Amino acid sequence: MAVEAAAMAERGGEVPDLSLWRRTIDLLQRARDSDIWYSFKRSPITIVAAAVTAVIILSALFASWVAPHNPFDLATIDLMNASIPPAWMADGDTRFLLGTDDQGRGILSTIIFGARISLGVGFASVVFALIVGVGLGLISGYVGGTVDAVIMRIADIQLSFPAILLALLVDGVARGLLPRETHDELAIYVLVFSIGISGWVQYARTVRGSTLVEKNKEYVQAARVIGRPAILIILRHVLPNVMGPVMVIATIHLALAIITEATLSFLGVGVSPTEPSLGTLINVGQDYLFSGEWWIALFPGAVLAILVLAVNLLGDWLRDALNPKLR
Amino acid sequence: MFAFIIRRLLQSVLVMLTVALIAFALFRFVGDPINNLVGQDTTLQDRQKLRETLGLNDSVVVQYWRYVVNTAKGDFGYSYMHRRPVKTMLLERMPATLELSIISILLALFIGVPMGVYTSLRRDGFLAKIFMSISLIGISLPTFLIGIMLILLFGVILRWLPTFGRGEVVALGTWTTGLLTVSGLKALIMPAITLALFQMTLIMRLVRSEMLEVLRTDYIKFARARGLSNRAVNFGHALKNTLVPVITITGLQLGSVIAFAIITESVFQWPGMGRMFIEAVADVDIPVMAAYLCLIALFFVVINLIVDLLYYAVDPRLRVDGGGSGGHG
Repeated sequence: MAVEAAAMAERGGEVPDLSLWRRTIDLLQRARDSDIWYSFKRSPITIVAAAVTAVIILSALFASWVAPHNPFDLATIDLMNASIPPAWMADGDTRFLLGTDDQGRGILSTIIFGARISLGVGFASVVFALIVGVGLGLISGYVGGTVDAVIMRIADIQLSFPAILLALLVDGVARGLLPRETHDELAIYVLVFSIGISGWVQYARTVRGSTLVEKNKEYVQAARVIGRPAILIILRHVLPNVMGPVMVIATIHLALAIITEATLSFLGVGVSPTEPSLGTLINVGQDYLFSGEWWIALFPGAVLAILVLAVNLLGDWLRDALNPKLR
Repeated sequence: MFAFIIRRLLQSVLVMLTVALIAFALFRFVGDPINNLVGQDTTLQDRQKLRETLGLNDSVVVQYWRYVVNTAKGDFGYSYMHRRPVKTMLLERMPATLELSIISILLALFIGVPMGVYTSLRRDGFLAKIFMSISLIGISLPTFLIGIMLILLFGVILRWLPTFGRGEVVALGTWTTGLLTVSGLKALIMPAITLALFQMTLIMRLVRSEMLEVLRTDYIKFARARGLSNRAVNFGHALKNTLVPVITITGLQLGSVIAFAIITESVFQWPGMGRMFIEAVADVDIPVMAAYLCLIALFFVVINLIVDLLYYAVDPRLRVDGGGSGGHG
């Protein structure tokens, strides 16, 4: 390790923070010996799912470098290239592997850029739902009493409505409250809010349950006895101990959030058409199904399905891997 | 029993009042109702007069109460876009949605249950593995994508089925039905499959896990020890005990099927309530949105109530403590 650090120091020209370096190595070694890594290695389907997810996420992240064209750069779009079928078909063009849409944009490029929007909105909604849900769950479980009753009652009522309906409603309200131009500008944030707010209940319920258990354990009582403020006890002591199941919910929720975003955009109430997500692309492509240009809708649809399937498989695996009963 | 029903009813009324409050807040505070009802050239005096006649100058509590009373009578006001009573619009659209939803849930039940039973009895069979994989795909594929793929295959490539609308409908009084004409039935096939697929996978997985659970119990072992035929054990004993939770969940799902019909209806341009709601969201037609919200909430509350009461009637364990905790099933 010391040799490696020295080599690093020579290459980089400055001495890296040794303790941080050592900690990282330690962490990697611990991860390599952990149960999770072991169960990951033994499940080929999970490895494939992880690889697929990683490829999609990475190409979305580095869309500008990965995509063969920039579909939003007007200078590179040529209407002469409109509606070219995929490259392997008779009239195909090798420049556009998966064909082009009605405006001459390469389908592959729009998919890569669209996946970026889909994943971005998906991740952001999950983080939002997670913060709201975990926060309310901690408060509900730790404080108890009326606060608990009110929060859980709201959760019960919300749970009896499908998430998609709620998201649609929030989106409709935002349209009513904001002027049209402002709404188009804020469309993505509205979308994140509406998907996030329709998904917090599961986090809150789970966290509340585990908080009720942790609250009565000795370490929490000890912290209370030495007079730490409640907020610090919740954040420093209870929170780390209730996060396990939350990660499983978050993974499965990510798949759901991506589907919800795609559905809303497909219905025409999601992201603005200038920044198309996978759902928007499918919506646009639907009109061209009848004129035989099936590739405009089908390829974004396939990518969406594969992405959601892969994330779902990862979630299933994580749930089993973290479940002590199944070991 | 009586106390339980009363408590459960009160709970339902409370939920409905909350939903009505949300609907009222939408109606009253999102955009100005007057601006949405009159044209640009209406004078200030006329606006004031309209404000007075609509009671928009009363206190918010009074207005809310009036809204609740009107809603209970089925009066949801006028649509901003179409200038027609929301009630007539809803009544026109409701048969299409209800027919689609009920056919879908029946389809899901009659295909999902046998598939679930099969996969639980032949757990390692080839066909069972195929069913399980199909169900994973059914859960992962968004509804609208399934619809589009069906349209591409059966509507565009094979040209077997119509891709939009309800076909010819027959009017029975105020109810219009597409179930009595050939074109109506043909138009129903693809939307019904699209809507049913997710529920079907859900029911199949539920039946499978319940069956696996029941097959492990002692009374099944005892039934086998008595020398009963496989058929009698599997269907007479095991399946019968599985069906209670399955029917409950299916009943509860009916509400979300009606809500999920929004997506199916807009893929197939099915003239139902869901599509009306989507158009209302896009046009910010608040009275229609509010009415749809109240109606869906009513469906959910009534279905939940019936399921809870049925549970209470079916399961004697809930009756022991005087019915106190029965409502949270």
